[in-house]
Amino acid sequence: MSATLTPIKAMTREQMAARLAADIPEGWYVNLGIGAPTLVANYVDSGREVIFHSENGLLGVGPKPAEGKIEPWLINAGKQYITMMAGGSTFDSADSFGLIRGGHLDLAVLGGYEVAENGDLANWSTGANDAGPAVGGAMDLGAGAKQVWVLMDHTTKSGEPKLVTKCSYPLTALGSVTRIYTNIAVIDVTPKGFVLRDTAPGLTFEDVQARTGAVLHRS
Amino acid sequence: MIDKFVPDIATAIAGIHDGARIMIGGFGAIGLPNQLIDAVAETGVKELTLIANNAGAAFGGLAMLLKTGAVRKVVCSYPRSAGSTLFEDLYRDGKIELELVPQGTLAERIRAASAGVPAFFTPTAAGTQLAHGKETREINGKLCVLEHAIFADFALLECWQADRWGNLTYRLAGRNFNPIMAGAAKLTIVQAQHKVELGEIAPDDVMTPGIYVNRVVHVPYGDPVL
Repeated sequence: MSATLTPIKAMTREQMAARLAADIPEGWYVNLGIGAPTLVANYVDSGREVIFHSENGLLGVGPKPAEGKIEPWLINAGKQYITMMAGGSTFDSADSFGLIRGGHLDLAVLGGYEVAENGDLANWSTGANDAGPAVGGAMDLGAGAKQVWVLMDHTTKSGEPKLVTKCSYPLTALGSVTRIYTNIAVIDVTPKGFVLRDTAPGLTFEDVQARTGAVLHRS
Repeated sequence: MIDKFVPDIATAIAGIHDGARIMIGGFGAIGLPNQLIDAVAETGVKELTLIANNAGAAFGGLAMLLKTGAVRKVVCSYPRSAGSTLFEDLYRDGKIELELVPQGTLAERIRAASAGVPAFFTPTAAGTQLAHGKETREINGKLCVLEHAIFADFALLECWQADRWGNLTYRLAGRNFNPIMAGAAKLTIVQAQHKVELGEIAPDDVMTPGIYVNRVVHVPYGDPVL
């Protein structure tokens, strides 16, 4: 479908991560999913305390270690070396998912294949031909976090919309997504469906609607 | 005198048999009892069921167990591993059975086994493929799935410090699934980086009380490598 549309200037992954980071209030406990969501930590202004959780049992995750300062016993969910902030804590996997499933986490930022207008999320499997299905903590985060924000491109590489009326891929969680940050827009998921909150610089409501597979409402 | 330390790895893993259900601690490469797994792989046992968060290891004993066909079934949340398609290849060829479990449900099912809770309801996975065939119930307005405790014959774990009563500590991200698996198996076997005297771990600092632990072997291999 993109072939018929005027080319637009979309945001980079880093710009998307920065846009999302700017909306996280001080004091929130936040889990960042593997992949692009991990970048969000780099853009939370250091004057604002946000506490990052890692599903393998850490609260108070800090930035990447400096060259030569690796602590070999500290990794995040994406198996990358990390640091801990002063005030950080460690615990086992049952407690780590207890705090997710018990509704204590303010926000989970996840990647996505598709989000439906009712908040359904598909992000763990591309279906029957998936060679080795893997789910990790996505279903727990989707069901348990107070807010679920999805950070993803607005369309697939071939231009198909990823914001849809109904997900075609296997679901991760039902009705859980509350907001979507894409490379062209910020969209809330509300009882009436998708509501456009913001667009990338220079884009219009119509630009975003043309690339969305469901009705977009004005805020 | 109680002394749960055994002299060597072979003694630690003695009795692991064909068809055993084995829990393996660790998240990624951290807190993984590599030397115990290597030794199990070398015994040639087969028809194993492995319960572990990441069962798709690229190298080491886990990979060897998969490669040699010793594993019949894997229960895990994330069977993928960067740089390896070993698990995917076996799975696609129908040579291994997979029970894919959301990570929090996996942890809670193991904790439930440890705590004598036979089953519980959770909203995680409700309405998804991973809840197919499972009993559901609406509780407090939320659709929930009945999940059963996961028990095992053996747990292979790694800790940071251990004393002769089997009290354990873990280091940073090395804790993960290790403490909860300690209580969910009939026989819990631990490899310890550091052997300490009774009382060196203060009561408030014990992370796994020795009641859950059967055998400990001192394996000071150093730092894990990703």
